[in-house]
Amino acid sequence: MKEVELIQGRVFIFGDNIDTDQIYPGRYLELTEPEEVALHAMEGADPDFPSKVQPGDIIVGGKNFGCGSSREHAVITLLASGVRAVVAKSFARIFYRNAINRGLPAVEIPDLEPNSISQGSIATLDLKNGTFSLSNGKVYKFIPFPDNIMAIIKAGGIMPFYKAKATSQTPEKT
Amino acid sequence: MHAIEKILAKASGKSEVRSGEIVEARVDVAEVNDLYLQVVKSFYEMGGERVANPDKVAFVFDHYSPPPTIKAADNQRQMRNFCKKMGINRLFDVGEGVCHQVLAESGLIGPGKIVIETDSHSTTLGALGAFASGVGATDLAIILLTGQLWFKVPPVIRIEVDGAIPNGVMAKDVILYILGKLKQDAAIYKAVEYSGSAIPSMSMDERFVLCNMSVEMGAKTAYIQPDDITFNFLEEKGAKRDNFEVFVTDGDFRYQESYSFDVSGLSPQVALPGSVDDVANIEDVQSVPVTQVFIGTCTGGRLNDIKVATDILRGRHVAKGVRCLIVPASKAIFRDALAEGYVMDLVEAGAVFVTPGCGPCLGAHEGVLTAEDVCVSTSSRNFPGRMGSTEASIFVASPATAAASAVAGHLADPRDFVG
Repeated sequence: MKEVELIQGRVFIFGDNIDTDQIYPGRYLELTEPEEVALHAMEGADPDFPSKVQPGDIIVGGKNFGCGSSREHAVITLLASGVRAVVAKSFARIFYRNAINRGLPAVEIPDLEPNSISQGSIATLDLKNGTFSLSNGKVYKFIPFPDNIMAIIKAGGIMPFYKAKATSQTPEKT
Repeated sequence: MHAIEKILAKASGKSEVRSGEIVEARVDVAEVNDLYLQVVKSFYEMGGERVANPDKVAFVFDHYSPPPTIKAADNQRQMRNFCKKMGINRLFDVGEGVCHQVLAESGLIGPGKIVIETDSHSTTLGALGAFASGVGATDLAIILLTGQLWFKVPPVIRIEVDGAIPNGVMAKDVILYILGKLKQDAAIYKAVEYSGSAIPSMSMDERFVLCNMSVEMGAKTAYIQPDDITFNFLEEKGAKRDNFEVFVTDGDFRYQESYSFDVSGLSPQVALPGSVDDVANIEDVQSVPVTQVFIGTCTGGRLNDIKVATDILRGRHVAKGVRCLIVPASKAIFRDALAEGYVMDLVEAGAVFVTPGCGPCLGAHEGVLTAEDVCVSTSSRNFPGRMGSTEASIFVASPATAAASAVAGHLADPRDFVG
């Protein structure tokens, strides 16, 4: 599980109020398979992002990342395209819930200065110790996720937890 | 406690809850729209075999209504099959309208209910005194599986709206003005309550607009204390008063923040392309030529909106080079607009009617914009690419401003068109 807690990758910098239409444009909402959904990640903010992104990359945003619609596609597209974490000054509520539910670490760092980070540089996100370390030596600290949220992230999302519940209820039905 | 806290406390079997506390609450109504086949997928992925309370679940086909592609049509087909298999009888199929309006008219939603929908604009239903909030697909699938969901009890901010709204100015202008002042991250994770002297005289159609756009400042839910207007609306929809419980905020409740806005001198407001909190008075915005006017959605497609647009367009004509699209928010609204003669007047004026539903708001069909297009829309969002090309310009405004712009052929002040 070490690799879940320690994420190292290139950073892609975005601004404030990156909405779900920029993360995943509405015209692709009919798609439901992750591999198809992945092809349009961040297309509304950077049309070249789908061709640039590589497994392990980290998205950095400003205030209110993921505002707008409740579409879970926004999280599915990032995960399926290889993004391993999103770090932002703050998150919109539904995006945050969707991210945790799908096992995508959404790390809030209020004093983050996205503009001071160089595009494409390598950063290390340590979820256990609550640090986000940049290539220029700057280290941001954040409050690590509580154990229950970390367990959801390690399991790859919330579904395995409810799967266990659903399975344990089965005998009552028969 | 605040009324919202009392609703959450009761639904989670507690006598008291506090802001920041996490509760597991039973959900009274869960709604899935047709963008969310993922709900069904997540349900099965979690080993779901039957829906906990099929009577408390509704499916509404509104975003792709009717479906523009084979894929969208097939998603709806799979959802119909799911409803049939799970005994979900409340399936509002193509043409019934936008989920929030359809639920408002269903009589299921009212004071004290917990309503969770797969749509961010679920905050709309807080205008009926419910706790209403949007979630993604997997959260909704958990409700189908268990009948409940966890919530963090939100802090509440109070927005007081005072003064009489001037002629030619609408609830949409009020909420745009507030958004322009407070900005789009003002209420992330918070509940927003509207009170003040302007609220009691607002119709439900107008109150829905305030609560609807609260999500544009990040709100988890919005709330207006129920009154006679609320109950008259519910009665009209065939709902029984004793189905609901009105909770009242304690006198000693402390709001996290309070804001006060006097709207008595307010001008029509316009959100400039790209951001819904970049708001200006209409008289301060250049009268740019317009190619499309869109009057519709869960924000601006109710009967009052269509009436106001009709009053401006009646006896006049949509300017050459402008497409004026009208999308009633529900079938019931469409029927009422027909009965009132609005539809005839609007069609005579050159407007085009589209099936009740979300219409072009989500940029998938029924009026997609090119890079060259300039649209005045009564919807709630003008993010880059929201209605098609990321280069298109979307001005968000009231139905009155939209109708005036349709006649003028450029962004126009509705006060020049109303008596």
